[in-house]
Amino acid sequence: MRFERAAWWFVAPALLVIGVFFFLPVFAALLMSLTDFDIYALADLRNLRFVGLSNYVSLLQTPLFWQAFGNTLYFVVVGAIGVSLGAALLLHSRLARFKAFFRTALFAPVVTTLVAVAVIWRYLFNTRYGLLNYALGGVGIQPIDWLGDPHWAMPAIIVFAVWKNFGYNMIILLAGLQSIPEELYEAARIDGASIWRQFRYVTLPMLAPILLMVSILTIAGYFQLFAEPYVMTQGGPLQSTVSVLYLMYEEGFKWWNLGSASAVAFVLFLVIFGITALQLRYTRQGAWT
Amino acid sequence: MSTAGARLPWRWAAPLVAIAVLSLATACNRPSSDQTVLRFWAMGREGEVVAELLPEFERSHPGVHVQVQQLPWSAAHEKLLTAIAGDATPDICQLGNTWIPEFVALNALQPLDPYLAGSSTIDHSDYFTGIWDTNVVGGKLYGVPWYVDTRLLFYRRDLLAQAGFSAPPKSWQELYQMLAAIKGRAGPDRYSILLPLNEFEPLLMLALQQDEPLLREDGRWGNFESGGFRRALEFYLGIFQRGWAPPLTNSEVSNVWNEFGRGYFSFYISGPWNIGEFKRRLPAEKQDTWMTAPLPGPNGPGASIAGGSSLAVFSASRNKPAAWQLIEYLSQPAVQRRFHELTGDLPPRRASWADGPVADDVYARAFRDQLERVKPAPKVPEWERIANEMRVVAERAVHGELSVDQAVKELDVRADRILEKRRWLLGRGAGG
Repeated sequence: MRFERAAWWFVAPALLVIGVFFFLPVFAALLMSLTDFDIYALADLRNLRFVGLSNYVSLLQTPLFWQAFGNTLYFVVVGAIGVSLGAALLLHSRLARFKAFFRTALFAPVVTTLVAVAVIWRYLFNTRYGLLNYALGGVGIQPIDWLGDPHWAMPAIIVFAVWKNFGYNMIILLAGLQSIPEELYEAARIDGASIWRQFRYVTLPMLAPILLMVSILTIAGYFQLFAEPYVMTQGGPLQSTVSVLYLMYEEGFKWWNLGSASAVAFVLFLVIFGITALQLRYTRQGAWT
Repeated sequence: MSTAGARLPWRWAAPLVAIAVLSLATACNRPSSDQTVLRFWAMGREGEVVAELLPEFERSHPGVHVQVQQLPWSAAHEKLLTAIAGDATPDICQLGNTWIPEFVALNALQPLDPYLAGSSTIDHSDYFTGIWDTNVVGGKLYGVPWYVDTRLLFYRRDLLAQAGFSAPPKSWQELYQMLAAIKGRAGPDRYSILLPLNEFEPLLMLALQQDEPLLREDGRWGNFESGGFRRALEFYLGIFQRGWAPPLTNSEVSNVWNEFGRGYFSFYISGPWNIGEFKRRLPAEKQDTWMTAPLPGPNGPGASIAGGSSLAVFSASRNKPAAWQLIEYLSQPAVQRRFHELTGDLPPRRASWADGPVADDVYARAFRDQLERVKPAPKVPEWERIANEMRVVAERAVHGELSVDQAVKELDVRADRILEKRRWLLGRGAGG
């Protein structure tokens, strides 16, 4: 068909670009993840060994990978949608005053430059001069070594990352909340539903599609945690803030073990893919309603 | 349609021809007849100021034009590797001397021994031995030292005097006595010494002061379970366990210079770049309170790391003789002194230290002394990674998660895993 052929010609440039700059590198990375490509191989391809799945096997046996995975999971679970949903509900509630002000204030961090605000947060977290410890000192809490204590570094990064990112989710959730017809609440109230039951049987089901989208976006994004630890802690202290992506960066671009770095990337891809698939399945079963 | 398919190659041909013509044109852009263009990559501050030294070189070498490209340190390593992968290396480059083994493994560098043999300006016995040694891999010379970095003690003279000591420590034992005395006066909120946990250098220096090498059998295996490294690690951990050093990384000390001025710590191990920083950042009334001193060793003055940058010629260069001439020019003592004035970098030749501001600088004196006792880190491409593991494991030991025994075992396991490919390559090389 001529139309069909014309259509192919029209999409060909885009397909070509996607093929050359996306699928080809991904395929190359997949092959690379089955080899021990490193600087020796860069010098001479005869130094390249095909190692099959051993990059993956040794990765899964590396304690640091599991630590990074745990750190990332910690970050996703604590930092992801919970806080955003809470703040959006609060802002939507009739009890809150100065809504417009808070909405702007809470959205502002999203448009700031990450590195610049990370540097400022590093000052806030400073053990001896930081504003945060100063405030805590005011209520009698001993100074906390936020970025130096392995137990506190990840919570500190979560506080920062949530502050930085949650405005975006909040705006989406707020839009979702505003699109729920007021009549539904009215009807629920007439039936004598408590605030909690209104939330459970009106707000949540109506918000379900948006919650799903937000959670997929957030979880996929938060699994790719990188810039925050890179700027604030370099993965320290005691590697407690090494995320999976940070591990990949170090393997690939610091040590030039491109083979095992590619393996990390594919493992991360599979994890995100699997979790997203689970989420979709879970919501299709209608768990929210 | 078939005609479209048939025409397609011609449509592609035009841009291809254009690209070919353009690349020919750029190829011709280099010396058409008599002019040699030397491409010189230099990093950071050195890259900024080296251009000031070049007009004189171009005057004395008519027909050679030097094109300097400045790389930021943070991107330099990656850019060089990319250049090697893409056959786009410069003629001559500034290289951190710990990178040399890696670039030798990549077959990227030109051995310089034949040039050295015919040179009248570069006399290798005039160079500090440890620094020169960093450029020799497998018996061949791959670079000429340009400037040196080594680390030693920066200390607060006044605080040391208050603790009852008139001179800096010469041995490990004296250092321990001073750290204890200073901590005794400083109280719980201040410390005797700052050993940032994100730097591997302090521990590496202590380890280099030992007789046993850090790797054994030509860099095939880690040697961390040896008595020497064990002693170094015990000494290092002892400083933290007794509360003389805070278990902090550099990024948590918001301003090292201010904190040094305030007496948060009295000893700091750092390099020559901090001479200028302390001069500039400490207030005038604090200027006579600080000094530099060579590193103490297990028994008397000890060794430190042979760091710094070298000048190397790439094997793909077509202008090697001219590149060597530039190295010779930059290695002249008079030029090195001028370079020191511009950058504060310390010269690698004894003759360059004989005269000028570098000879008069009281803070540089300890460096001059220390440079006679510097040792290179193990010369294998994997070293930087192993050093990083050393830092990570030492940090865990500082936090009490590992004992000395567990830490050295763990380090050997990690080093052996990293060196696996090297063993395979060396084994294959020996086999055939």
